[in-house]
Amino acid sequence: MEGLSRRGLGHAALAAAITVPAMAKAQTAASGPPIRIGYSMSLSGGLAGNGRPALLAHRIWAEDVNAKGGLLGRPVQLVHYDDQSTGAQVPGIYTKLIDVDKVDLVISGYATAIIAPAMPVVMQRQMAFVSLFGTGVNADFKYDRYFSINPAGSQVKETFAKGFFDIAMAMDPKPRSIALVNLDSDFHQRTAESARFLAKEHKLRVVYDRAYPPSTVDFSPIIRSVQAARPDIVFVGSYPPDTAGMLRAASELRANFALFGGPMIGPHITAQKLQLGPILNNLVVWDVYAPEPTLQFPGTQALIERYQPLAAKENTDALGHYVPPLAYAQMQVLEQAVKRVGRIDQAALAADMHANSFDTVIGPLRFDALGEWAEERNLYTQYQGIQGNGIEQFRKAGTQVILYPPRYKSGDLRTPYTAGA
Amino acid sequence: MDPDLALLLNGVVSGLLLGGLYAAAAAGLSISFGMLDVVNIAHPAFMVLGALIVALLWAATGLDPLLLSILLAPAFWALGAGLYVIYHHFFERRGDEAIQGLAFFFGVMFIVEVGLVLAVGPEQHFVDAAYAATTWRLGEIDVPLRMLVPATVALAAIGALALFLRHSFTGRAIAAVAQDRDALRLLAIDPIRIKRLAFGISLAFAGLAGGALVVVQPVDAWSGHVFIGRVFAIVIMGGLSSLGGCVLAALAFGVVENVTASFFGPSWSPAVAFGCLLLVLAVRPQGLFGRMA
Repeated sequence: MEGLSRRGLGHAALAAAITVPAMAKAQTAASGPPIRIGYSMSLSGGLAGNGRPALLAHRIWAEDVNAKGGLLGRPVQLVHYDDQSTGAQVPGIYTKLIDVDKVDLVISGYATAIIAPAMPVVMQRQMAFVSLFGTGVNADFKYDRYFSINPAGSQVKETFAKGFFDIAMAMDPKPRSIALVNLDSDFHQRTAESARFLAKEHKLRVVYDRAYPPSTVDFSPIIRSVQAARPDIVFVGSYPPDTAGMLRAASELRANFALFGGPMIGPHITAQKLQLGPILNNLVVWDVYAPEPTLQFPGTQALIERYQPLAAKENTDALGHYVPPLAYAQMQVLEQAVKRVGRIDQAALAADMHANSFDTVIGPLRFDALGEWAEERNLYTQYQGIQGNGIEQFRKAGTQVILYPPRYKSGDLRTPYTAGA
Repeated sequence: MDPDLALLLNGVVSGLLLGGLYAAAAAGLSISFGMLDVVNIAHPAFMVLGALIVALLWAATGLDPLLLSILLAPAFWALGAGLYVIYHHFFERRGDEAIQGLAFFFGVMFIVEVGLVLAVGPEQHFVDAAYAATTWRLGEIDVPLRMLVPATVALAAIGALALFLRHSFTGRAIAAVAQDRDALRLLAIDPIRIKRLAFGISLAFAGLAGGALVVVQPVDAWSGHVFIGRVFAIVIMGGLSSLGGCVLAALAFGVVENVTASFFGPSWSPAVAFGCLLLVLAVRPQGLFGRMA
């Protein structure tokens, strides 16, 4: 946890001793007891690869806010505990945050598996709750103080895979068959359901539809079976270790599909981009951000430029294109609501979040009745022209072009996908 | 060739290659669990430790990852010998090796995993072996070197270990300690020294398996979890103290998993593979190559 330990207090005191004289000169210096924002975050375990960049973005936000005089004139303080990527740890953490640490505000950690276990505790205490990368979490809870920072929107079945199918159906010739492969996980079951729904809408013949367990080591039987089914296009939902295995197998088995991709989480992480290199060429991947000129909002580039040197120092995701912009936006939503309301009042904060839109580093946001984005913004991007395994090419526009939605489109589809051949 | 036949043959070949990786992961456990009766549940965590050290050394030197894992084997042997000294002193000597010993290795597993996160971060690490992008085509059968080379090196190392156990005095003492540790004293052999040596060999194989693993797939601190069930199942199926049985069981496990995934979907793979384990134990409770007590 940060900010509550004895050593942390010592550091804070030292920092205060050094910074107070300078701060005193500033008209907008934060003062009074801090506004404490509590949450669990995956700093170890399988989700830590994205949890640590999220925390880094939160810290950048806290520095920004405190440098500008704090929130309501008070400094902000982050109070977080490592949930070890285990949902079972989460209810206890939120109980402690709210009942013992007496935090003023709560937000979620990273991903659906961590957000859902926090919901009963947060709902019981009637706290406003801004979540990060949760998909369909509030579909069953229907909690009116829940707000999601995830572009999937509330109509996941109808819209999640829409971009992929719109791209596919614009190809010439049009595809007539599809294969569906997905990891047996909550998120990927939902995305596969969307793909099944849209395949039916577009009258595509589903020639392969299988889920694989998280313990899968060798992906070549899956790719080979998909090849044997001879689909025109392939929609895959996978998490990082599986994505690497799947794409390696596709490369080894000389895969050749008119369109291949989907919510293949993996190349979103810098290390995997570098590892796979040209195997990513022509892969169509669901994403939330790409460094394209069509998707720049005030503050986006500045955040990434501040994040990258810190990430290098802390040995976490080098580029920070995936989680950090959304994590920063999560805090901006909270910040803007608190500023508008003018006090810490959970009901008023929730009412404000429902009523107003927010300007964030990922663009303007507005929430619907379920707290999801009123307008979904699932991006479908394609890796193009990758040569070798250098990192610099991934910083530049044109390497990961946006194909969907049309308003952010920055390039044209290239076919087929041949896994680097 | 008939498409179904091609699918079957490719399933068998890729299963054998996968089985080679499983054999590498299980061989060390066959010594510690099968021969020494030490339930080292941290074995896959040590495999991941080896994999991540190999990845770091590969990034620094560019040497072949499997060569690096062989060079690391003495360090892993020393680590294993040291760990056994602790285990023996605090648990085995007092006769507390059952539940307490298991808890000890659970603790060791968590310490290794958390230590790895603190040292190298939670991200995945990988190596890019020179041969990893090459695939041999034998007619309609694909043989990726990413799988073939680690499997071959692993099986060669296991073969060398089997020769050592069968033909050297120390090797036979290790085999003997599995059967009757007190009888060794009558031959003026210190069973504790033999077990220390054997446990070191077990961990040296974990390091070697780590080198094979990181060639096959990217690795993070928790990558060992998916292997815990498999490696114990393979060692039990093979007959505990039989290295040959362990290799055969590993290859069978790989083939059953991949053929099932090819024809019935990957969801069925673990169920069918572990179902086969139950079947073997029902017919031969001592495992494929185990001896009845």
